[in-house]
Amino acid sequence: MAYSEKVIEHYENPKNVGTLDQNDPSVGTGLVGAPACGDVMRLQIKVNEAGVIEDARFKTFGCGSAIASSSLATEWIKGKTVDEAFAIKNSQIAEELSLPPVKIHCSVLAEDAIKSAIEDYRRKRAAREAAAREQGNS
Amino acid sequence: MTNLKLPIYMDYHATTPVDPRVLEAMLPYFTEHFGNAASRTHAFGWRAEAVVEEARETIARLINAESGKEIVFTSGATESDNLAIKGVAEYYQSKGNHIVTTTIEHKAVLDSCKRLEKAGYTVTYVPAGRDGIVDPEAIRNALTDKTILVSVMLANNEVGTIQPIAEIGKITRERGILFHVDAVQGVGRTPFDVRAMNVDLASLSAHKIYGPKGIGALYVRRSRPRVRLVAQMDGGGHERGNRSGTLNVPGIVGFAKACEILIAEGAEEAERVRGLRDRLWRKLSSELEQVVLNGHPERRLPGNLNVSFAFVEGEGLMMAIKDVAVSSGSACTSASLEPSYVLRSMGLDEDLAHSSIRFGLGRFNTEAEVDYVGELVVQKVRKLRDMSPLWEMHQQGIDLKSIQWVAH
Repeated sequence: MAYSEKVIEHYENPKNVGTLDQNDPSVGTGLVGAPACGDVMRLQIKVNEAGVIEDARFKTFGCGSAIASSSLATEWIKGKTVDEAFAIKNSQIAEELSLPPVKIHCSVLAEDAIKSAIEDYRRKRAAREAAAREQGNS
Repeated sequence: MTNLKLPIYMDYHATTPVDPRVLEAMLPYFTEHFGNAASRTHAFGWRAEAVVEEARETIARLINAESGKEIVFTSGATESDNLAIKGVAEYYQSKGNHIVTTTIEHKAVLDSCKRLEKAGYTVTYVPAGRDGIVDPEAIRNALTDKTILVSVMLANNEVGTIQPIAEIGKITRERGILFHVDAVQGVGRTPFDVRAMNVDLASLSAHKIYGPKGIGALYVRRSRPRVRLVAQMDGGGHERGNRSGTLNVPGIVGFAKACEILIAEGAEEAERVRGLRDRLWRKLSSELEQVVLNGHPERRLPGNLNVSFAFVEGEGLMMAIKDVAVSSGSACTSASLEPSYVLRSMGLDEDLAHSSIRFGLGRFNTEAEVDYVGELVVQKVRKLRDMSPLWEMHQQGIDLKSIQWVAH
């Protein structure tokens, strides 16, 4: 199968490969996919006080399109608010990378990874706020 | 490394280039000697017929058949497999309706069997072991009073494992059951003798042995026992009624020339290719950890190296080594999105099936190519592992099997 130029560009020069500290309260981690299915994406975001994603990192086990989808996803969400990032659709990723039908699931996985990272971040923040309230009450 | 020509071809199980000696032998039969081998009335036809008969004898010699009359030309191995299985099943249906084959056969065999199942036959699919070898005793245990045919490949196209054909042939001959061998991948590379191994039908293909595409043959034994078939292609009754259709004379000439080269040079070539394959494996296995050799370490085709690079996805790796032509058992390379059925039926974990790469070395590979490919693969696997969350988790000592993955 021939890859689009954008897929090749992201695959050869992936943006934002790496790991953020999972235990940092401002970091949200999403781990989606399964080794048995041939693709696993881990996408992490670091969110500032204003709710803006100031850093994003990914690591992906998968084909070229999966790697390109995650690289593009991290690029797109950097600088966006959490709510803006949550609204990103897989179809936008698929369109930007000109993914063929058999590779659409790669973009779906990237959208899931963004949402999963944001949900993790929100969960951590809610837990933190609840803990703070409890401390305030006591 | 500077004088290497890219891309490098290491997918000799898929197809092979036509040997220049084969091409040279074929060329006059397109133009000067273009006759129809079935034209009995003039010199053009006689010439074609003579060369075809000579070709049958050469091909028969490669597999030690008794006579060229036992060679039925087809369009290739897919047709040969179809003709063997469906043709035998149909002819012998009054004797029985049961067929035994294995889970690692080529789709041409498996799907022919599936079609017969729809027509009321029963088929037993014997699994290969973890090493990709079929146990002859498992074949014996699958036989019933109704079994009319056993079909087992000589060598597997993915993991290169060489099957115990002689042992299985002994069993089928004792029981009076016909034995078909899809010999496409092994012939000329590993010993294959239809008489010594009690093989009754054998599928052959020219383009896997440096001959042209579009020509193959089915060996059909003519004595002890005489094997009968119901033709699957109706028409002019060519090939003693077994396969109608004008003979592809240039293809047949090329096929025979390819066999002639293998008869003369096959054993020596196998050793040279084995040396290259072993050199590549030494490089990969000494410089990378967590690489798994799929299939049997010794009982495999000399040019076959099927390796899983754990924590790296096969298609992703192929993209990283795009100047090297290889193939992968990864789902991403198939339309079905399922990883290789051969690797899975051997009991390989699905994640390792997704991580598999098949290197197929052959006649025109060089040591310099092997060294280039070895170094490239080592570098790219390292790079992709640095990008792999699974590799990071493995490094941290996390058991990936302990994680609840959300399949999608």
